[in-house]
Amino acid sequence: MHQVGYAIGLRYWLNKMGYPRLIISGFLLLLLIMTPFVGVNLPMQITNIINRFSWNGVLVLAMVPMIHSGCGLNFGLPLGVLAGLLGGTLSIQFSFERFGAPVSFLMAVVIATPFALIFGGGYGWLLNKIKGGEMMIATYVGFSTISFMCMMWLLLPYTSPTMVWGLSGNGLRPTISLDGFYNQVLADFWKIDFEKIAGKLDVDLGPLEFIKIPTGSLLMFALLAFLMWAFLHTKTGTAMTAVGSNPTFARAAGIDVDRIRTLSVIMSTWLGAVGILIYQQGFGFLQLYNAPNNMTMPTVAAILIGGALVNKASIGNVIIGTILFQGMVTLTPTVMNSLIHTDMSEVIRSIVSNGMILYALTRKTEGSK
Amino acid sequence: MSGKNNASVGSRLLDLVRSNAVPIMFIIICAIFIPMSGLSNSYLINEIVTRMGRNLFLVLCLLFPIMAGMGLNFAMTLGAMGAELAIIFVADLQIWGIPGVVLAMILSIPFSAVLGWICGNILNMAKGREMITGYILNFFMGNGVYMMVVLYIMGSIIPIAHASIMLPRGYGIRNTVSLLHMRQCLDDLLAIRVKGVKIPVLTFILIGLLCLFIVWFRRTKLGQDMRAVGQDMEVARAAGIKVDRTRLISIIMSTVFAGFGMVIYLQNMGNLPTYTGHSQIGMFCIAALLIGGASVEKASIGNAFLGVILFHLMFIVAPGAGAYITEDTMVGEYFRVFLSYGVITVALIMYEAKKRMVKSKAGQELAEAQVRAGKEAAK
Repeated sequence: MHQVGYAIGLRYWLNKMGYPRLIISGFLLLLLIMTPFVGVNLPMQITNIINRFSWNGVLVLAMVPMIHSGCGLNFGLPLGVLAGLLGGTLSIQFSFERFGAPVSFLMAVVIATPFALIFGGGYGWLLNKIKGGEMMIATYVGFSTISFMCMMWLLLPYTSPTMVWGLSGNGLRPTISLDGFYNQVLADFWKIDFEKIAGKLDVDLGPLEFIKIPTGSLLMFALLAFLMWAFLHTKTGTAMTAVGSNPTFARAAGIDVDRIRTLSVIMSTWLGAVGILIYQQGFGFLQLYNAPNNMTMPTVAAILIGGALVNKASIGNVIIGTILFQGMVTLTPTVMNSLIHTDMSEVIRSIVSNGMILYALTRKTEGSK
Repeated sequence: MSGKNNASVGSRLLDLVRSNAVPIMFIIICAIFIPMSGLSNSYLINEIVTRMGRNLFLVLCLLFPIMAGMGLNFAMTLGAMGAELAIIFVADLQIWGIPGVVLAMILSIPFSAVLGWICGNILNMAKGREMITGYILNFFMGNGVYMMVVLYIMGSIIPIAHASIMLPRGYGIRNTVSLLHMRQCLDDLLAIRVKGVKIPVLTFILIGLLCLFIVWFRRTKLGQDMRAVGQDMEVARAAGIKVDRTRLISIIMSTVFAGFGMVIYLQNMGNLPTYTGHSQIGMFCIAALLIGGASVEKASIGNAFLGVILFHLMFIVAPGAGAYITEDTMVGEYFRVFLSYGVITVALIMYEAKKRMVKSKAGQELAEAQVRAGKEAAK
């Protein structure tokens, strides 16, 4: 029996959460407490955090299958992102927005799917050849594919005038606005906008009017997260966890380890593709060329902050990690700026996210390898 | 008889091609690209000699961790950061020319050594994952800690006397620090010109000294220990070698030499890109070494020389060739980045696949031996 006061003590939380997560949660809590005192609009910041959560949630979810099957942190996320970008650009190219923005988004997902399957299949096959060195190779597979696609964005025969350079008429622009395509298509679905509600009810809600909740995006995340949770409890899902925690045992139990691993990589890649499309519809822009590079580290860091290990992750880790990381990303610049009039957020973000990955890599993990 | 001889020559040739596939591929790429780029031979030779002087020292410092079995040292950028800190202080003191270069090298030693010590200890905690850990560490230090020090602490806490290198807001260092008075002073001293090609003799002497040091170091007790650790950590530990300490020393040496290399690099460039100078160094050096035919567990001085020549030749001619093929300069630009990433990817894949093959082979042999032993026992 634990003493009643034990749960209040620092040691309890330290054991439960580990140093880094405790520090980050404490930091975030401190920022939240400080917001009213430094004159930052708290409801707006909370809206920001919810928004960014809805953008990034699915990308972070894409880490889960590969961690479960023992492939480590998915530094090859750019492959999924590129599949998503191909889907998005092709959906614009074939101007599916004629049939409405939802169709445009749906077609982007549909077109991205075969690319994700092909990329994921090849990537999974490769990772089976090099068990034990997945993370380093995944990083460089990501880099080489991104630089290969950089050439392709210039050379592929895209013609849609919204996407190609106006002057030369060929080669895609680095940033493409999604206005008129699938911008905010999920976010606007059942959107809860306190300003409008206040207007309708004819009451003044004060600062609460800044709160806007992108219900559709959150529902989409919830749906995918639920599917992932359900999958992990099916027979194949359990096999995946078994492969991740002890491959030798899994093989002895008659599980085809390579097949399960490939499946997990394909799932991760597909989720990455859908994730970037959801990110884009929230962000409003489609970013090409070297932009996919910037998606990997924050995503990996987010799930680690949520409490995942190199070989263990849950949906809870995804949700907590995304909220903590995105909370830090949104709150640090505003609070810091109004506090000391310097924007140190980029540096702090870099130290936290890379420090988190370093911490996870240097911890001893049992069972895997 | 002669037919058999021919076959063996043929198979030996095949072996040679197979074991040197990457350099041969790049020689072919360069051979195709050079005429396409339309650059003159004298220009190319001049550029290559300059770039050899600039980069070889940095590439050579990658050899130490490979010797200790720690793979490609992606964290060599830490040494570059140490050198950049040293250069900032030297620029602040306004000591230029050869004294400035020498002072920068001396000043870089403590910075690089401390960074290397941190790096070595972290890598010792992540055995078997050294490369990815080093790679993340390079971001952690480069985009995080180094940025923090140079952008916020310098000028506000660490006193910086000269306003010329400071940002107008009163603290933090400018995006580029001009090293005009230091530019190529090491290269120009003792430089000789052969048919219009400037050969920076002193820089090459420094590189030669490092090569000699490496050759000598391999024969010392510590060098032998390092190779033993690289072969098999457990065996080395059983033989009484302090494994962690040996690995730590190899990383510190690599980092300190990378600091020297970065000073040489920066005096050749003539300006310091404060926040981006180190970011690509690791990648380019590693790509160059791999193109020279090195692998993750084996690299020689020859690999470094050949690699720097081929990599930079490819780098110089690729944009021109890309423009020639596709009428778009950017394609060539991306193509050379793709090639450098691609060669690292392929080298890493080959290394891991081979490691796995060797492991399964050893397992098979062990099983066979056991079966044999069992049979003999039954007899």
